[in-house]
Amino acid sequence: MFLKFLLRRLLYVIPMLLITTLIVFSLILLIPGDPVLAMLGDSATHEKVEELRRQLGLDQPVMLQYFHWLNNAIHGDLGRSIFTGQLVDEALMQTLFVTMQLVVVGMIFSIVGGLFFAITSIYFPNSWMDYVARFFGTLGTAIPNFLVAMVLIIFFSLKLNWVPATGFTSIVHEPVSFLQQIILPGFSLSLAGIAVITRHLRSSLMETMDADYVRTAYSKGVSRYQAIFKHSLQNAMLPVVTTIGLLFGTMLGATVVVETIFAIPGMGQLVVNAIGQRDFTIVQGVVLVMIVMVIVINFITDIVYALLDPRIEY
Amino acid sequence: MNTETLLKVNHLKAYIPSSKGEIKPVNDISFSIKKGEIVALVGESGSGKSVSSLSIMGLNAGAIKYRPDSSILFEGQDLLKLKEKELRKIRGNDIAMIFQDPMSSLNPVHPIGRQIAESIVLHKKVSYKEAKKTALDLLNKVGIPDAERRLNDYPHQLSGGMRQRAMIAIALACNPKLLIADEPTTALDVTIQSQILNLLRDLQKEFGISILLITHDLGVVAETADRVLVMYCGQIVEEGTVEEIFENPQHPYTKGLMDSIPSLYGPSKEILDAIPGVVPNPLELPNGCNFVTRCAFATEKCYEVSPVLEKHSSGTRVSCWNPLTKEALSENDRESAVIVT
Ligand code: SF4
Repeated sequence: MFLKFLLRRLLYVIPMLLITTLIVFSLILLIPGDPVLAMLGDSATHEKVEELRRQLGLDQPVMLQYFHWLNNAIHGDLGRSIFTGQLVDEALMQTLFVTMQLVVVGMIFSIVGGLFFAITSIYFPNSWMDYVARFFGTLGTAIPNFLVAMVLIIFFSLKLNWVPATGFTSIVHEPVSFLQQIILPGFSLSLAGIAVITRHLRSSLMETMDADYVRTAYSKGVSRYQAIFKHSLQNAMLPVVTTIGLLFGTMLGATVVVETIFAIPGMGQLVVNAIGQRDFTIVQGVVLVMIVMVIVINFITDIVYALLDPRIEY
Repeated sequence: MNTETLLKVNHLKAYIPSSKGEIKPVNDISFSIKKGEIVALVGESGSGKSVSSLSIMGLNAGAIKYRPDSSILFEGQDLLKLKEKELRKIRGNDIAMIFQDPMSSLNPVHPIGRQIAESIVLHKKVSYKEAKKTALDLLNKVGIPDAERRLNDYPHQLSGGMRQRAMIAIALACNPKLLIADEPTTALDVTIQSQILNLLRDLQKEFGISILLITHDLGVVAETADRVLVMYCGQIVEEGTVEEIFENPQHPYTKGLMDSIPSLYGPSKEILDAIPGVVPNPLELPNGCNFVTRCAFATEKCYEVSPVLEKHSSGTRVSCWNPLTKEALSENDRESAVIVT
């Protein structure tokens, strides 16, 4: 049963991957600027430029270039960076782990914060906590993350000097400095997420608190606390799981900005630099990885959903 | 039958303050339920029957307030004066409730067994494992076949009738003294309806539970109840034993309800005699009798003075200036009031 579900899922994924990579491939070539010129500089002779072009296969039609890339990718070869000559998969590996640490922290902040605000707001309706949660739910999505990042840096790094403003240490090397350095970027990344989850879960909880089965629970003699945690929450989480899944994709995109501001050597930075240099093998690789991650997350979302809701069958 | 009184509702007045004026979903009702008795509270939606029953459970929405002279005595204790924490000990333990739609009233994400065991663990000092065992017994008792397996089933895996049986099992989990059944069969198929009613009656006999049966359907009443309270616009308009009410409905409203039962046995009528008109807006109740806008027997007095619930010669209580008599009934379609048993 489950295997069938998995296979069906994969069948959807393949055309999706093909289309997105093709779009990205063509888009990069549409960007004005030439990688070869970027490498050789303006003073390069025409012959030299043409030669390098041929070497890189850039003289061929776009479709052919794409199929060439695709064929290699299927065989596990993502090529080399046009600019630095580094293997693309190597560059991806190095940066992916960094970005994942950032995104995971961002997701944890979002989920914990969102759950906290939504539940307290429902538990103490019309209290100041409720108003804070509602305010935050609206405000959080309205503030762009680069602004949050800069305010945080000014306040906590420059004024209070509590945590470093930029830089990154991997959790496997030094957990303590990892934590110090990840707090600000993690929070900048998660503010919107906290707001989205708070708002969605709050309205979802409000609905389930009025549901007949919660009334049944009360008629059994449960307390408000038990009504929320044992009866309302699991049901209220169902639609929110989808939101959380989608949030992951948004957050992955937002890392581009946050990594740049906090000078975190992750995939976001990698792709920003690569776009600047028209290094499209790298860009293509990053896009591929991001799409695969989003697909994997969607898949996990579906599984979590099925675990929470016994009515779902594969 | 035991004659001890279990529940006594005195002058229950529930109101909702609003900017346009006060709404009184329950406007001064008094009744009592004896031990082991099945009392039916009958009325259309909006008559105040649900608010009355939820008042007993203390589960009305926060907007609904009670007048200070209202009281609901359960074994001598005034439920309206209890704190939430004390009420919680009574809910599900001494007083349990089942609801109209068993699908939406059961938690869709918990197995049936867990939902039954939850009640038990809440009120009794037993382990979850023992509670599960009791849950199994209960499922057998309410007639769910293959109970062992059903324990781990989710509500969506059960049929409508089975779900309502499961609801009843939850309600019975702690051997309550009073069971409030709010339209327990309305959402079910006709064939299943009588099975559930039979089950309720059997359980009442077996455990001596008192049942307050809330319904709009006099057919359900005839099958199940001992005594009937008919509510209209927040007030009780007639009260009597099932026999009395079906033999001789004295209030024109009761008579109207009776005429709208499709009779299974009597001669089938082309069109059921429905009560003309609609329930008045709670903010614009008529002067005098609340039923006056729809009553075929209204006289001048009815427009001016509200009738009070009075004991009549037959022993029933009725609030009407012109109560119908048996003789008057027999003149027109008597057959429609034939008791269905
Ligand atoms: S009091 Fe008058 S209006 Fe009211 S039910 Fe009786 S006859 Fe009808």
